[in-house]
This record gives sequence, C-alpha cells and structure tokens, in this order.
Amino acid sequence: MRHMISVLVENKSGVLARISALFAARGFNIASLSVSETEDVAISRMTIVVKGNESILEQVTKQLNKLVDVIKVNDFNDVEYIARELALIKINIANKASRDEIIRLVGVFKAKIIDISQDSVIVEISGNESKLSAFMKVALAYGVKETCKTGASVLYRGNSGRVK
Amino acid sequence: MKKKTGAQILIESLLKENVEVVFGLPGGQALPIFDAMYGSKLNFILIRHEQAASHMADGYARSMGRPGVCIVTSGPGATNIVTGLASAYMDSVPMVAISGQVATSVIGQDAFQEADTIGITRPVTKHNFLVKDVKDLARTIKEAFYIATTGRPGPVLVDIPIDVQREVCEFVYPDKVEIRSYKPNYNGHIGQIKKAAELINKSKHPVFYIGMGVVVSNAEDEILELSKKANIPVTNTLLAVGAYPCDINLSLGMLGMHGTYCANKAMQSADIIIAVGARFDDRCTGKVCDFARNAKIIHVDIDPTAISKTVDVDIPIVGDAKTVLKEMIGLVDKKGRKDWIKTVDLWKKEHPLSYKRNDDKLHPQYVIEKISELTKGEAIITTEVGQHQMWSAQYYKAKHSRLFLSSGGLGTMGFGYPAAIGAKFGNPNKEVIAVAGDGSFQMNMQEMAVAVLNKIDVKVVILNNQYLGNVRQWQEMFYGKRYSHSCLAKRKECPKWCSTPNRHSCPVYVPDFVKWAQSYGVLGIRVTKKKDVELALKKMLETKGSVVIDMWVEIEENVFPMVPSGASLDEMIIRANG
Repeated sequence: MRHMISVLVENKSGVLARISALFAARGFNIASLSVSETEDVAISRMTIVVKGNESILEQVTKQLNKLVDVIKVNDFNDVEYIARELALIKINIANKASRDEIIRLVGVFKAKIIDISQDSVIVEISGNESKLSAFMKVALAYGVKETCKTGASVLYRGNSGRVK
Repeated sequence: MKKKTGAQILIESLLKENVEVVFGLPGGQALPIFDAMYGSKLNFILIRHEQAASHMADGYARSMGRPGVCIVTSGPGATNIVTGLASAYMDSVPMVAISGQVATSVIGQDAFQEADTIGITRPVTKHNFLVKDVKDLARTIKEAFYIATTGRPGPVLVDIPIDVQREVCEFVYPDKVEIRSYKPNYNGHIGQIKKAAELINKSKHPVFYIGMGVVVSNAEDEILELSKKANIPVTNTLLAVGAYPCDINLSLGMLGMHGTYCANKAMQSADIIIAVGARFDDRCTGKVCDFARNAKIIHVDIDPTAISKTVDVDIPIVGDAKTVLKEMIGLVDKKGRKDWIKTVDLWKKEHPLSYKRNDDKLHPQYVIEKISELTKGEAIITTEVGQHQMWSAQYYKAKHSRLFLSSGGLGTMGFGYPAAIGAKFGNPNKEVIAVAGDGSFQMNMQEMAVAVLNKIDVKVVILNNQYLGNVRQWQEMFYGKRYSHSCLAKRKECPKWCSTPNRHSCPVYVPDFVKWAQSYGVLGIRVTKKKDVELALKKMLETKGSVVIDMWVEIEENVFPMVPSGASLDEMIIRANG
C-alpha cells in the first residue's frame, strides 16, 4: 500500500542521511522524497512516499519519531490532504501534426509548454499522481525522451491532520 | 570573561557533568584534548585497545546507572569503539563517546586517520553530533549527556574536529537542556494502565516478564510489591538477572533459549503476560508465531518502537516502568492465585536447573555455583559471551540489580573483562569477578595492564574448555558434531578435521594463562580438578590485586535447557539425551 508521510525535521546537515538510513535499514524503498525549508528556516519538511504493509509502516513511523532531529511525523492515511507533484517531460515531435496534437493535449491537462526545439517539446505539468500518470500514458504514445519528476508536496486540508 | 579553547571547554564540561572517570587513548587528531587534560582534575584511564575503552565505559555505566565516558582519536580510534557503541545501544546503556576528527577544512579529503565517524556510528548510537563551531561545543556536550541518560538510555557520540578543539570562545555551561524534537514520555496513559489492571484482575495465569527497563528505571521494588500483592510469578531476561530476588517462590528465573523449564512453561501457559521494560527479543520468545499463544499481552516500555515490533501487543503502555507500576499497584487486586502458584511450583520441582552434581568431574556450572555461594551473590559478575555466560546467568544468584553485567543484545565477545575493570572503577569496594570463556577472554585480555597499573582489583575466572564452546555445542547438536574451526587448541599438526577432543592427547593449550598472568605480576592459578575449585576461589577472594584462575572444565559440557534456534519455547530440550 502507498503511504505518504510528512516529517518535520531540524534543518541541519546529516538529517536526510539519518532518515534515509532508517528506511534502508528496514529494506524500504522510497518511492519519492521531497525536502525543503519551511516558513521557519530552522525546520525542513520531508515528504516521503513509500509502499509497504501497515505494520512495517507503523514501525517506520515510530522509528522516525524516535530520531532526535525529528520534530513531528504525520502519516496522511485517514486524513484529507492535498498532494501535488511536478513533472518535466520531453516529448518527441515527429511532424507538425503531432506537435499540434501535443499542444492541444497540454491544454486539456492544464499543463504548459516551456520549451520547443526542432524535434521535441518540454512540458511542465503539476497535479496529483493520477493526473501525472494519465498524461504520461498519453505522452508515451508520441515517444518520451526524458522525464524529471519531483516528489510529492503534501499538506492536509484545514485542520483535518490534527483530528485523527 | 576569559576565553577557553574547545579542548578546555570539553574537559570542563565533563567535570561539570560530574564525570568520575574517562577511558581512552590519545592520537593525533585528539592531541589538544589530551593537552588540556594535563594537570586537570579529570581522572583519565589510558587503555590498550579502544574497543576496551568503550566496554569499560559501558561496564561502569551498567554497574552505576550513570553515563560511562570514553575519549578516542579520529579514524581507527573511532572505528575501534564501534563494537562498544553497538553493544551499549542494543542494551540501552548510557554512554558518551568523544572522538577527535580531522580539521573541518580537510574533512572529506581522505586525510590521514580520517573516517566518516558520524556516518559509521549513526546506526549504533542513540544520536551523534559533529561539532563544527566551538561556540556549539558546551551545549552539545550537555545535550549528549541529556540524550544518553533520558528516555531509553543509549550511547551518544560527539565528533570534534581538531580545529574546533583549538579555537577559543567564552565558556558557559548551560544549566538545562531544551530540545524541541526530543521529549521522552515518562507517564503512562492512565486509561491504558486501568485497562491493564482490569485485565490482570480477571486473569488466572498471569506472568511478569521483566527486562533491562526495570533496572534502568529502578522499578525493582514496585515489581516485587505488585507481584507479591497479586501473586504473579516473575521471569527475567538476561539483562534483568538480579532485578527480582531469586529466593522468592514467585521467581521463575531467566526465560528463553537457555531459560528455566518453569519460566518457559509459565510463559507458554499464561493467559496474561505483563512485559515490563523487555523487548520480546528472539532469544526470549523462540518461534514468534508459537509464542504464548493463549496470552493477552500488556507491554510497558518507554520506547514506542519496542511495542508490537516482534509480538503483537494488546495493551501498550508507553512510559517509565517505575512510574507506570506505581500507578498500577493501587489498581491491581490482592489475590492468592493458589492453583497457578502450585502449578508453577510443580514445574520448578519437575525440572530444576541441573548438571551432574555428584560426579567428580570439573563441571563449569559447579564453578559458578561456588562463586555464587562464596560471594553470597553480592559480587559484581561480568561475563563474556557464550556457554559460560549462560551458566553464569543460570547459576549466579545475584542479590540485586546491576550485579550481573553481560552483553545481551549484541552478544559481544571481549566485553566482560574490560566491563569488569570499568565496573570496579565505579565500585571500588565491591568484589568484581569477570567470568570468561577461554575464547572470549583472549579478545581483550591485553587490558590486564590497565588493571595492574591502576591497582584495579578484578578477578578473572576462565572456564577453559579449549573451544568456542557455544559454537561447538551447536555444531554437536545441529551440525552432526562437525567441529569446524571452533577448537582453540588446534595446531598445524592436528588432523585437518577432528571431533574427538581430549585433554590428554590434544596439543598443549596456548597461552598458558598462569604464566601469562605472572608476566603482569599477577597471581595465576590453574585448577584441573573439582576438589581444588573451592580452595582456589577462596584464595582468589582473599588475595589483594588481580588474580586469574584458569579452570580446566569439562570440554564437551553443554548448556541446558535449550530451545533450538527457530523452535518454539514448547520444544525445549531439558538435558542431554532427552
């Protein structure tokens, strides 16, 4: 099962290593990870997407809490949240017709074309995971040269994260 | 205010923490620290191998309930204490280790004696720090001691680059620590405690299963009171030997792989298990899916990650053992539980711990029984790891906690002798005896120099069976007696493979522990016959200074009872040949 965990940590060197080592030591593969400073520069937020069963995940959450540099851990299971990812996708252009099709598709997905060259375009798209994978499927039909995707950025809606 | 160097700040911070003794060895990247020690009040003990420094700090900490401290240099100095840190981490022992590091300007350049100490020690410490600015040093030391000693204790390492040791700033030692991301919870949830008490009141066959957490929080009196009030039998882990008086009828002794018949039987027959400060280690539970199948489990532990890690828990209570038990005592009913106690007594009588007491061979168990008798269980016993460790846990009747010191979780050979030296530094008026196997002892016996030079009176009793005895036992029982590389007497001229050891035909054992002891100016005694054991032990206890006794015990003696690895506690082998 897919889980999103948000971890607030002290913004210090070595903290990311502590957290990734914790996952590695338990044989967990991190599906995606995004790290950034928060509104308070002394605190960073790590949003981690992992796949695994409940009991192992419960252990991981507890282990994260046990780390001295971890301030707070939120598992987004059972809470209402908003998640966004951003992808840059370089798509082949075989001919003018396919270029026009891509431009139309980009409009449908509310994505953006941010670069055009002779034989390819770079599309910027943001949204939740299902929107991004839907667009990716379409893009693959034209031939995808390269992609680069961020990890998820997640916040819970309103105060729903506190209820649980 | 007069400015001080980082090195001076470190030494003064340690003194502010009331550190009585520090173990370690100097080296290039720690020289400013050692220079600052010159003429200072800090009691520093120069060891012979850094691994031993970490075990000495550990032995001091386990025997005292105070943090042990060691200081080593960068690179090899730091990597040599990794085993000691890992041992302390597994067994929740408070320790602060200080390591020198290459200058901040060359970190990462593969400088001489550089190692990524923070990276290497991260998984084996509760927390570690790299201090990059001298202004952070005093606060970091304060935090290190705070983290090491609070919550579930553990080792903390502070890595200090040489330039930080030299830089100067004003020294103010903070009075208190505030770490927003670290707030251990001591008070158990009262609702959970009530639920647990209700469950206990309804239960017919409850068992207390107590571990190191009881020792750490000094909850021995509370366990005693609660168990007597509600007539609940008590079994202990290896690390909690002595935490419950063994002369009370409710005492079941140690459980698990080499636990007593009655302890394992009681666990498997219990309807409620109340685990306090124990972590359901595989050596205790045996095969997890067959562990205490009919029992509901109450688990009191200060570390949330210990709960439901291996065994699913019905009522978790996160908190300090003493605090939680104090709440619980008032809520648990006074009960006789006569039938249950009677059943437990029957199990005790059915299969007590036993060996061939009546023959005249020198059985290792006999030696431990005699030590126990002669010291009245009031001496501090440390062990290495292996058969002698299990026999010590089974037959040494420790009067109270912190008298039996052993590397449980990590199972570190080479732990016992330096740990004994560390313990003696903290307890100069107590008898300290290191019980060792001939294999384990050789892993850190170089520390005898430290004992002799510092007039540290530590006795060593080697149960010499010329084998890595535990390995040999497993090879005998589970590998068709193929004694592969477990014989310590084996020489080049021996047959390549041998499964028929015999003191008369085997080559002469080296080292000669008696002569070896003598080379340190220490009394060495060899005992080869049962009738000489008592006299030798008495001589040892009467002698001032270190003594080494080399006991030539039965070579192929095995530890029983035994639950084979991967088997359930029901599948206990009670003694040899069924």
